[in-house]
Amino acid sequence: MKGIAFSSSDVQKIAKLANIPVTDTLADDLAAGFTKTMAVVDELTKVNVEGVEATNQVTGLENVLREDEIDTQRIFTQEQALANAKRTHNGYFVVDQILED
Amino acid sequence: MKLNSLTLKATIDKLKAKEISHADLYKDVHDAIAEKNGLLNIYLSLDPTAVTKAEALLDTPLAGAPIAVKDNFLTVGLETTASANVLKGFKPPAESHVTTKLKAAGGVIVGKTNMDAWAHGSSTETSDFGPTKNPRNPEYLPGGSSGGSAAAIAADLAVGALGTETAGSIRQPASWCGVVGLKPTYGRVSRSGVIAMASSTDSPGPIGKTVEDCAILLTHIAGKDPYDATTLPKPVPDYTAHMRDGVKGMRIGICYMDHPQLKGTDVDRAVTKAGKVFEALGATVEVVPLSKTLEKGKILTPDYAIGVYTVVQRSEVSSNLARFDGIRYGNDRSFFAHEALNRIMLGTFTLSKGYADKYYVRAQQVRTLYRQNFAELFGTYDILLASPSPGYALAAGASSGDPLFGELQDMLVEPSSLVGNTGISVPCFTDPKTNLPLGLNIMGDQWQEEKILKAAYAFEQATDWNPWAK
Repeated sequence: MKGIAFSSSDVQKIAKLANIPVTDTLADDLAAGFTKTMAVVDELTKVNVEGVEATNQVTGLENVLREDEIDTQRIFTQEQALANAKRTHNGYFVVDQILED
Repeated sequence: MKLNSLTLKATIDKLKAKEISHADLYKDVHDAIAEKNGLLNIYLSLDPTAVTKAEALLDTPLAGAPIAVKDNFLTVGLETTASANVLKGFKPPAESHVTTKLKAAGGVIVGKTNMDAWAHGSSTETSDFGPTKNPRNPEYLPGGSSGGSAAAIAADLAVGALGTETAGSIRQPASWCGVVGLKPTYGRVSRSGVIAMASSTDSPGPIGKTVEDCAILLTHIAGKDPYDATTLPKPVPDYTAHMRDGVKGMRIGICYMDHPQLKGTDVDRAVTKAGKVFEALGATVEVVPLSKTLEKGKILTPDYAIGVYTVVQRSEVSSNLARFDGIRYGNDRSFFAHEALNRIMLGTFTLSKGYADKYYVRAQQVRTLYRQNFAELFGTYDILLASPSPGYALAAGASSGDPLFGELQDMLVEPSSLVGNTGISVPCFTDPKTNLPLGLNIMGDQWQEEKILKAAYAFEQATDWNPWAK
């Protein structure tokens, strides 16, 4: 098998970047899947793409702009915005602390 | 005759002619749901007030017809989860553009349908709320990710449905369930208010009992949306207007049947036979040979599209699903199930420093080769024929443990999806032993929805594979 062989610690590194908690057992399982998947992706190295531009948009649109105005049609009330939040406090969202003292 | 077995077109006509009542129609739909949903697991939620809403809509184009909607469309008043535990209990504060248009045209949402969680898959087995079964044979998968919507139509649990496709997610379940599914051109139908999967290919579209039903629904959901900058301000025609014009003089190419995985299979036979049907109707039909490199007059192998799609889709997923942190809505990131983890994390890798050029940029370059290939072929042919899937529906359980299950099932639609083209799947065979159908994928260039509808309608009328079309 070509491509990259992923280890459990490679997966843990990616898990940290993706902000997802992953157990060691799951990391082993994901590592095997990633290795298998990237071997298929590696097939792309066989294709000659010299001088070929990358496609980012398929219908040819460029710079779709609008006026920088407040659209009152799509503003949520504070109640609507908070309605689905699990943790709120005095009309605010509660978030986890990210900075240490 | 049970009214839930009517086509959308017949439902509208009979309601307007007062031959049937909304009360009787919705009773039959809800009775059928009560009878079959336990076994098939198609609807995740139902709107008990649907019939009351419908009764007020007689004078609208869709006359209050009952429509099944995939659970990744935001719907105010109906829980929206994308079949994911992360979003369990989520009540959207805003409505998707497409369902807003559907309702304005007089469509009524009966309920929200099961799907692969986050639309990640081609089986509906990755739903966090249990798999959907194929109404044609419950031992088999309905396909996915719009498996619930396709199954709702196949089981007559609605008269029309909405799905979304990134690569195959409308056409493959339509094919496996024996119904009609249309994937519009990218930018023809708005994505706003649809839970994002792969933003550069996501295309909402109709699933129906007949080609005409899909044409009717598309007419009412397509068009420019100021909240989705990728939609184009092109006029939306009445897609049924030229549907009956026939295929005389149409130039048609048959693709992919010489691929080693397909040669000599039932799919090859069914698609080749479909070519003969079009020939008899006055079209010119040729085989477009497969090629491993970009060559004039040949179709580039779909083999590379698996890699392109995998990288593009995983990368866009990792970015789109970064927003689900449990702060504004839903549960935290520990609630993601295996398939979503797999995709988010692989996409995080392919976009990470040092690897983005190697994988993401290269995938987008190969994507350009597919664009050049289709642009050249659509200079010669009006439409291209293939299959949405390499075979029949697979047995329940088939998707588990394979990290590339969806990609391999969808490889025949990935090239055209990656370039934003339109396509429609119509039934073209049924295996009498298993009762499982095959679909014919009629592909058109961007904005050629009218052309593929013309071909699909002609095929449906000339053959006996679609029981609702008679």
